[in-house]
Amino acid sequence: MRKVPRAVLLCVAAAVSLSACAAGAGKSDQPGGLGAAPGKDDKFTLTVWSNYSAREQEEVTKALETFKKKYPNAEIKHEGSQDDDKITASIRGGNPPDVAMSFTTDNIGQFCSSGSFQDLKPYIDRDKVDLNQITDAVRSYTEYKGNRCAMPLLSDIYGLYYNKELLAAAGITTPPKTTAELLDFAKRTTKKAADGSIEVAGFLPNMLFYANRPPIWAPNFGAKWEGPDGKSSLATPEWAEMLKFQKELVDFYGFDNLERFRAGLGQEYSTDHAFHQQKIAMMIDGEYRTAFLKDQAPNVKFGTAPFPTVRPDLYGTGFTTGTIMGVPKGAKNPGAAWELIKHLSFDTPTVVSLANGIKNIPSTKAALADPGLEVDENFKTFIDLAKSTKLQGNPVTPIGDAHIKLIGDFATSWQSGKVSDLMGGLKEVDKQIDDQIAKSGK
Amino acid sequence: MTATLDRVDVPRTAPARGRSRARARHRLTVLAFLAPAAIGFALFFGYPLIATVVFSFTRYDLINPPEWIGLENYAYMFGDKLFLTAVTNTLWFVVVLTFARVVFALGVASVIARLKSGVGLVRTLCYLPSLAPPVAATLVFFLVMRPNDGPLDVVLGWFGIQSPLWFADPAWSKAGITAVMLWVSGDLMIIILAAVLDVPQEQYEAAELDGAGPLRRWWHITLPSISPVLMFGVVNSIILALQLFTQAVVAGSAASGAADLTGNTKYLGFPENSTLTFPVWLYTQGFRYFDMGYAAAMATVLFVISFIATAFLVQRMRRASHQEEGGPGA
Repeated sequence: MRKVPRAVLLCVAAAVSLSACAAGAGKSDQPGGLGAAPGKDDKFTLTVWSNYSAREQEEVTKALETFKKKYPNAEIKHEGSQDDDKITASIRGGNPPDVAMSFTTDNIGQFCSSGSFQDLKPYIDRDKVDLNQITDAVRSYTEYKGNRCAMPLLSDIYGLYYNKELLAAAGITTPPKTTAELLDFAKRTTKKAADGSIEVAGFLPNMLFYANRPPIWAPNFGAKWEGPDGKSSLATPEWAEMLKFQKELVDFYGFDNLERFRAGLGQEYSTDHAFHQQKIAMMIDGEYRTAFLKDQAPNVKFGTAPFPTVRPDLYGTGFTTGTIMGVPKGAKNPGAAWELIKHLSFDTPTVVSLANGIKNIPSTKAALADPGLEVDENFKTFIDLAKSTKLQGNPVTPIGDAHIKLIGDFATSWQSGKVSDLMGGLKEVDKQIDDQIAKSGK
Repeated sequence: MTATLDRVDVPRTAPARGRSRARARHRLTVLAFLAPAAIGFALFFGYPLIATVVFSFTRYDLINPPEWIGLENYAYMFGDKLFLTAVTNTLWFVVVLTFARVVFALGVASVIARLKSGVGLVRTLCYLPSLAPPVAATLVFFLVMRPNDGPLDVVLGWFGIQSPLWFADPAWSKAGITAVMLWVSGDLMIIILAAVLDVPQEQYEAAELDGAGPLRRWWHITLPSISPVLMFGVVNSIILALQLFTQAVVAGSAASGAADLTGNTKYLGFPENSTLTFPVWLYTQGFRYFDMGYAAAMATVLFVISFIATAFLVQRMRRASHQEEGGPGA
């Protein structure tokens, strides 16, 4: 009698484990298909997920509503505050939105290689869309190994912000153009109290704080992520140069002193941000900061410029990234979803209006040149950078942001003086990145 | 003389068959009552557990079918430096947090048990923080302990003491998180308090007559009496430490100035991976690096370790309880 329930239990366990595999496997079999474009007067509903919230969500909703000029009977449901975990879960659950917008550009490699986002090339070919309308750097971070599974929804570009009054007080009239000048100006604008503690830091070199992230700094030092063989190539003089620049400034402040100063600074998107509080004289940040400063710290007299570079010939380069949007696998209405994405990507009045609304950079050349784009003196720096051919996009890998974490961790160990062999350490990071990519099987 | 009982085969009589049927009916009834819980257990515990173990032998990106790779995920763990960092960090919490949490809850419960007035108010005040959402509780502590202008730093400054950088310093970040966890340990405190109050007063009175002071009464009467509850507190705290996630993520993000960022822009493990606990690294691998196979392997390892630790402690707890009841081991 006792043998029967055990056998049954074993069968149940086997069935459960098999169904566990099947559960994962089944979801991937949904055909993406090439959806037909809807008719002009067709009645349809599109669900759009984004990670926008509050004011920005309202602006994006306004942009989505302009789609009705082409399809008057379309209904668009825009749901904000949806991150990539939710998008992935919805794809696995077989109930994804028609259009997914992701802030996490680092995930483009995974989205394209796994098929989470459908390949848009068939649509692009069918509709004869000219991708040259999009700037090169932006194109680079919206595809992976030739698989175009996403389109850009505006972009962010990083440059130098400087406090005019703090620089003027130190006798500096123009922003630095080289990292050597930045180093010099940072030292001259730093103010210390009688006890040696920092009151104002000329430039905060702490890696992984605010926008001090390796991918954002790298272009200005000519540092590349991959070698010709496609392997990670951080053990190069350029990366070493970048880290030495950082360490020299850390040593100027004294690591402990600097950490105590940094630990008391406000959060990146709060009104307590150190630049808003005039506790730092210069920093690297995205164009969106102009809107934050205007709104939260109108008394700060600031200027913007391309971020200084290690060599003069690199000047005018910078890092760019941005929101990406795609049609998730299993989307109910891919044809209409593509039409909406195309509209948001290339309809110049819509792109310009949204860029004005949320103070991001348009991702098409036509929108960048549009007279309707609101460009003040500080925002112009970023528009000029966007037009530059020196701009570099977000590094794309199939491992999310693993490569960024690994080099970021190394940089924080380096700045605290825990690394003695810089090149040896960078080689180790290369190995870790390559191992992680190899493990992904992509 | 040794008494033996020889088994005697007795032909089944009608009453015996009736008893057998009654037993079968009883068994069916029991199974019927157990069925809802058993089905729920199989669906929501058994299935995920087996699926996790199966996935741990695969390369699985959450979207495409899992690809069988044998023991590769387990082999990768040995070369994964951050895996070892995460294990070390979690072990730190298992040891320090478990000890501190049980001692803290026991201390607070012992004090409340001796209060003559205002017991209800103090008990409520001590319990309330455990109802605070983990994110809010951690942010509150981050602000209170913030260097330069945080209230704690200001107060310490009055006495000429410079506070550590807490969440911003890899040497102190885990201690900062432990402080948060102690603040929200009111649930354990209530359980221990109930056990302390449950100790028969006669034992205290007898010990007092024998000349035992408060400390000796606490050591020789209170502690042994509540030892099963303390053991529960230890098991509960170990599991809590093994699963520590939210507080570590929030503390690290806030310390890096990124508490108000979303998604991948948060720096998990900041500073210098000192807050990278095992579950945080597991989440990172599964949901940020899209390697659910490796994450499943990590989850399996965590399950096995938790199971062994819990089984060992439960066994100890049973033995202790048995001894207290005057069993063979007493």
